[in-house]
Amino acid sequence: MKCRYWVTTVNGNVVRTDPEPRLQPSESNLSRTQHDHGSSITGIPIVTFKWPHVEDPYLVALWILVAGLSKMVIEANHHVTNIIPESALLICFGFILGGIIWGADKVQTFKLTPTVFFFYLLPQIILDAGYSMPNKLFFSNMGAILVYAVIGTCWNAASLGLSLWGCHMGGAMGDLDIGLLQYLLFGSLISAVDPVAVIAVFEQVHVNEVLFIMVFGESLLNDGVTVVLFNVFDAFVSLGGSKINAVEIIKGIISFFVVAFGGSLLGFVFGLLISLLTRCTKNIQIIEPGFIFVLGYLSYLTAEMLSLSAILSIVFCGMCCQKYINANMDESSVNTVRYVMKVLANGSETIVFVFLGISAIDKAIWVWNTGFILLTLLFIFVYRIIGVFILTWILNKFRLVPLEVIDQVIMSYGGLRGAVAYGLATMLDDKKIKEKNLMVCTTLIVVYFTVILQGVTMKPLVTWLKVKRAAANEVTLIEKQQNKVFDHMLVAIEDISGQIGHNYMRDKWNHFEEKWMSKLLMKPSARKNRDYIFSVFHQLNLKDAMSYVAEGERRGSLEFIRNETSLVDFKKKFGAELSEAIPDIMADTSDDYGATSCSIQFHTRKHPVPSVSLEMHEQTMKGIRETEDINTHHLLQQHLYKGRKQHRHRYSRSHFDVNKDENEVQEIFQRTMRSRLESFKSAKMGVAPPKHITKHPKKDHQQKVKASEFIMLDNLQHSINISFFQCCHATGT
Amino acid sequence: TATMGASQTRSEHKHQDLVDRTGFSLEQIKNLHKRFQQLSGNEETISKEHLDSIPALANNPIKKQIIEAFFDKRNQHQNEVGSFQEISFEQFLMVMSHFRPPTLKTTEEEREALRKEKLRFLFNMHDTDNDGTITLEEYRKVVEELLSKSGAIGLEAAKAIADAAMLEVASTNVPHMAPDDFYEGITFEHFEQILKGLEMESRMHIRFLDVDTSTMRCGKSTS
Repeated sequence: MKCRYWVTTVNGNVVRTDPEPRLQPSESNLSRTQHDHGSSITGIPIVTFKWPHVEDPYLVALWILVAGLSKMVIEANHHVTNIIPESALLICFGFILGGIIWGADKVQTFKLTPTVFFFYLLPQIILDAGYSMPNKLFFSNMGAILVYAVIGTCWNAASLGLSLWGCHMGGAMGDLDIGLLQYLLFGSLISAVDPVAVIAVFEQVHVNEVLFIMVFGESLLNDGVTVVLFNVFDAFVSLGGSKINAVEIIKGIISFFVVAFGGSLLGFVFGLLISLLTRCTKNIQIIEPGFIFVLGYLSYLTAEMLSLSAILSIVFCGMCCQKYINANMDESSVNTVRYVMKVLANGSETIVFVFLGISAIDKAIWVWNTGFILLTLLFIFVYRIIGVFILTWILNKFRLVPLEVIDQVIMSYGGLRGAVAYGLATMLDDKKIKEKNLMVCTTLIVVYFTVILQGVTMKPLVTWLKVKRAAANEVTLIEKQQNKVFDHMLVAIEDISGQIGHNYMRDKWNHFEEKWMSKLLMKPSARKNRDYIFSVFHQLNLKDAMSYVAEGERRGSLEFIRNETSLVDFKKKFGAELSEAIPDIMADTSDDYGATSCSIQFHTRKHPVPSVSLEMHEQTMKGIRETEDINTHHLLQQHLYKGRKQHRHRYSRSHFDVNKDENEVQEIFQRTMRSRLESFKSAKMGVAPPKHITKHPKKDHQQKVKASEFIMLDNLQHSINISFFQCCHATGT
Repeated sequence: TATMGASQTRSEHKHQDLVDRTGFSLEQIKNLHKRFQQLSGNEETISKEHLDSIPALANNPIKKQIIEAFFDKRNQHQNEVGSFQEISFEQFLMVMSHFRPPTLKTTEEEREALRKEKLRFLFNMHDTDNDGTITLEEYRKVVEELLSKSGAIGLEAAKAIADAAMLEVASTNVPHMAPDDFYEGITFEHFEQILKGLEMESRMHIRFLDVDTSTMRCGKSTS
């Protein structure tokens, strides 16, 4: 069974009918430079123009730059991008660029070969898709997604191929040299919904998450089918119609299972590898992110090597490892990974679309056959609609939450074809398939049609049909808890009623995962902190602490009393019952600053109120209060971060979640506090003070003020630490 | 065999009656009846101990609340309060019917009614003393059960989390509380509002199969 790579290298090295891209270094270039050195020179050249020397990397870099620039131009005006999706604009830009190149007659400098596309541009896009995939949503809709991906794609391919052949027989296409098998081959390559195009268009539309995951999941998983169908029909075309018998067909069906499951399994294994690796990379945090990209890419290439489905492999790799690497890796590494993934994916996508536009200038493919092209467009559209509606009708019998008609319309309309189809088309062997150029041309036209036309009209259609959109609110703590209660409740009811349900499965998987996989793949420290609700709670604590400080500050300066029996303001604020809760935040602080005599003792829950208002002597405060207030306020505002919002998952290519890890807040808070305390301590102890604190008497006042403020902040920090660690310790160290 | 035939038709009638009342199909009722008999040991009623002894439930953090819900009179929709000691099959079905999914045929009003029912079920689970509000104490209990079983969080932290959640709710519900105000608890309307974003009513379904799966769960049945 052929895999993609071979076809191109054979084409590229042996036959040079197509203009080769100068993106690959070739031997002729090297020899040329050597030749230059060998030729006779008449004097010492001071400066030479060594274009061939740098030609290939230069062109690559130049093209990347051009793609980036075009994106910059496009994004300059949001009014335009709101109406026309970025992908469409990029293709149009590609047209313009293509025109320029054609005018300058430099057609040879460019071609989007399948190798470049499949090896250098596609993997990172898919890896990003896998890494950012909402796993829970994906797996709960897995059944439906598989049905669409497998059966839907097969239906598309078969119906298109057969219809076209039927029309050919009926004479609608004139004189073409294409047999049934070739029609089926063409059908298989153009029937697959393209993930790149889907992301690009749906990113701007924000439909509800179930709808999105259906289309998106389908576009990812159908690669398994596409690869198989393409290879099988390609082999059939080579074998010729006479050699096809039942054995071959059965082999084809078996190959589907092998390719699809093999690819997924391989991806899964690589995902586990990555997770294991990140568990041990504590000492080389700076190159941690590198592992992920390299291993992800390797999973792609390995699958390609074994002629399994490469896209499936890299998707499952990303999906499998996301949880563990986010838990294991250091904060900054996680950010790096996320950021770099987005950069790479975004960049690649831009390049892909621009190149798709430029590909139009290849004169070789300007073959027009009205019947073929128009019929293809028509059939693709129609059969997609039929396929989706029939499959959904069947699925709705089994789904708990049926898919509505409107969602189905969007799903059929969202079946966009893209660069993958084009890449496959250019991989056709033009010796066996005489009309390759026509097919490539048709594919391009279909891609343009779907991406541009359907992309542009998607948003108005969604608005017009009032499709349910994605919710974008902050999820409160109580909602999260209700979710959990809910899940457990559903499992319990399933157990009681004796059904093996979907929830039961998920529960079993969660147990297994917690017991075995997390133990193996997650760092022990990460495992403790991973409970979702706990992390939200921790964040809330911080938010509370900060708002308390703001509140105290607002009430006319930070007043600190060393008074153990004063009542807490909280009582007034939140009701007597709830004041008991707050003490958790203000836990017992032990007397480690005993020498300073500024320590405060708090009483905990038993007593009605802990003293949280600390007050300094009025005299010392009076004059300096105002300025100090402002200083303190700014100090806090500067170094403490506002509470972070948790956004629901929303898949976006360029505006990804701002939700940083709450540990970061804690860290910075602590670091700031620590450094201030250090400066305070050293001043007080008579140790050489840091430069900004002098012994000036006036400043002494300031120091005193700062002292109390530090105490308050320090105690806050302590209490937050303690509550945090209490909880940590309670987990059973 | 004659008596068996007679009793079978009798139960068929009863089942038909139940179809109308609970909305399950005849097949589903038959299956559930089989399961009921399995749980009860072929008795007419089940008690809390019967449900408690289901092995699969052992790991469930909110087992107690769920079992209580089955015996809660409020879930029978007959305006009674309190709890039963034992429940019959009919009452068992009534509770189960809260988890029935809507079909494509349900009308808008039916959907609305279903939604309210489901939310009411959830609310009752929290509001154990039936005063119409979920107070801090009641909420704490639920959260403690929920989180303490998961092993990662201690009892103290669970309590604090419950408190924080209530605080959050309080601050959104009554944003500007006067100094002497006292937040009673979450009322049903507010509960509805909080959970609106979660769309519980579209997720609170169990797939009740028409096929008999009781034999498929080897090792899980209580015998």
